[in-house]
Amino acid sequence: MTLTFEDFPPGHFGTFGPRRVTREEILAFAAEFDPQPMHLDEEAGSKSMLKGLSASGWHLCSIMMRMMFDFYIGRTASLGSPGVNELRWLAPLRPGDDLTLDIEVMEARVSRSRPTTGIVTFKALVRNAAGQLLCEMVSPIIVERRAGAAAEQVG
Amino acid sequence: MRFFEDIEVGQRRELGPFTFTADSIKRFAAQFDPQRFHLDEEEGRKSLFAGLAASGWHVGSVCMKLMVADGQRLAREAAARGEKVAVWGPSPGFRELRWIKPVLAGDTIRFSSEVESVRTSDSRPEWGIVQARNTGTNQRGELVFSFLATAFVPRRSAGA
Repeated sequence: MTLTFEDFPPGHFGTFGPRRVTREEILAFAAEFDPQPMHLDEEAGSKSMLKGLSASGWHLCSIMMRMMFDFYIGRTASLGSPGVNELRWLAPLRPGDDLTLDIEVMEARVSRSRPTTGIVTFKALVRNAAGQLLCEMVSPIIVERRAGAAAEQVG
Repeated sequence: MRFFEDIEVGQRRELGPFTFTADSIKRFAAQFDPQRFHLDEEEGRKSLFAGLAASGWHVGSVCMKLMVADGQRLAREAAARGEKVAVWGPSPGFRELRWIKPVLAGDTIRFSSEVESVRTSDSRPEWGIVQARNTGTNQRGELVFSFLATAFVPRRSAGA
C-alpha cells in the first residue's frame, strides 16, 4: 500500500534500523565530497575536535535519507521536499556504527496552493548503538492526499 | 583556510561551478535517495520537477565539495606566503536549507558563500563560530539552493 498524507498523523511514526556504516564507505564518501583530513585519516581525526576518524556530516545526512527511503519514503506518495528547517550534528559518526532512525510527525497540514497534497513536517533522529544522538533534523515533505480527499472537503 | 580574525560579515567567496550530469545524478540517487524522479528521466518529467532531478542531498554534498576545495586553495596560498594555515573545525549544523528550484540533468550550478555572522565561543575560547549563507545559482541565473551553515573556525590567538 502506498502511504498518503492521511497516514502521517502527528506523533511518533516509528523506528528503523539498524544500519551498519563501514569505514570503507566513510572514506569513499569523504574522498568524493568532503576530503577534510578528519574524515580521511585516523591520525588527523584524532587531532581534531571530533577525536577520531568521523564521517562527513553530509554523508550522515545522505545515509539518513536512504534510511528514510527504505523505512517509508519509498512507499509514500511523496512529491519531494522544499528543504530542511534545521539540522544539528550532535556527535560524530564512527566506522562500524550501527544507526537507528526515529521518525516523528511534528505537523501535517493540507496545502493551500495545491489542495490535493499536504505538507508533513518530520523530525528525524539518528542514534548509534549506544543510544547517543548523532543527528537531528526537522524537514517537511509534500505528500499526496488520498484520492478524492480534496473533493470531499470541498463538498 | 582563514583564521577567525580574518573573517568579516559580508565577505563573499565564489566557490566555482559544478555540472550535474545524468550519470552523476543517478549514481548518487541509487546509493542514497532512490526516489523515482532522481533515477529515471521519464519519471522525472512526470514529477513536479519536470525532468531528471538531482537529490537535494547530492546538491548539498557538491556544495560541501566545492567549499572544501576553496578552503584547500586558500590554505595553499597562505602556505605559499609562509603564513600559518588555519585548520577549520567541524560544523554543528545548519538552518534554513531551501531546495528552491530543481537541479536537472545538465544544469551547471555556481556556488558561493557569504559570511552572515561571526562570534567567539564562550565554551571553547580557541574557536570562533562563523555563520555563512551558502547558495547555488544555475546557468540561467536562478537561485536554486540556499542554506545557513555554521562552522567552528580557529582563532589566531589560540591558547592565549
